[in-house]
Amino acid sequence: MTYLGAKDKDTVKAFWGKVSAKAEDIGQDALSRMLVVYPQTKTYFAHWQDLSPGSAPVKKHGATIMAGVGDAVSKIDDLTAGLLNLSELHAFTLRVDPANFKILAHNILVVLAIRLPSDFTPEVHVAIDKFLAAVARALSEKYR
Amino acid sequence: MVEWTEQERTIITTIFSNLDYEDVGPKALARCLIVYPWTQRYFASFGNLYNAEAIKTNPNIAAHGTKVLHGLDRAVKNLDNIKATYAELSVLHSEKLHVDPDNFKLLADCLTIVIAAKLGSAFTPETQAAFQKFLAVVVSALGRQYH
Repeated sequence: MTYLGAKDKDTVKAFWGKVSAKAEDIGQDALSRMLVVYPQTKTYFAHWQDLSPGSAPVKKHGATIMAGVGDAVSKIDDLTAGLLNLSELHAFTLRVDPANFKILAHNILVVLAIRLPSDFTPEVHVAIDKFLAAVARALSEKYR
Repeated sequence: MVEWTEQERTIITTIFSNLDYEDVGPKALARCLIVYPWTQRYFASFGNLYNAEAIKTNPNIAAHGTKVLHGLDRAVKNLDNIKATYAELSVLHSEKLHVDPDNFKLLADCLTIVIAAKLGSAFTPETQAAFQKFLAVVVSALGRQYH
């Protein structure tokens, strides 16, 4: 399910070249959507003053998340090792239920479709979906 | 019983009244078969599904995608009664087509992505929420009569 072949990796890296310039914006939009469309995810951000789309904390955190995803692209050949610290953070400190990784991934895909409609072909979609699932799996490694 | 706000009703009916069924239907189904290849199990008799290009240009898949999308019209016209409206279709998918109901969500996600690509920034978070709520109700209704 999360095995990334050579072709998948090439597709992800090539597509990411087009994404990286808009990464912060995409991250902010994806996070905003997640909080609106899946209100249960707001429970992780009770400490923020403002959870509305485009608010300061949402913008900042969206950028942080996408920087992490971009970093994962560069470590695509060994996500488990590359994301070790992030996995420990999510497992022991943040304790985000891993089901939410899927939810955020879906919203990233929606934003990619909106921002790059002609580049986000079905072939690119499947490679990115597999990649985000592999990232989620690497992030869940340390949970138990 | 599902509660819809006036805004949600407007969003949903507007999306469908402006929809190009012959474009969106085929794209959504093709994307589903490419992104989730195990869904091809239900289309063994549809001809060449060998690769993404074949799927995207397969006329049987295109026709079926349009048909499936039109199937959603009844839900749009009966927002307050989707469960009853789809009782028969649910039985059909269970008893005759033998479709694993988990697949409904996969197609719904692909449809969301195709609509998002079409509407662009008009597909706001609120629009997305209303549309996904609608699809979730449809998916639930279609799975209701399985036993």
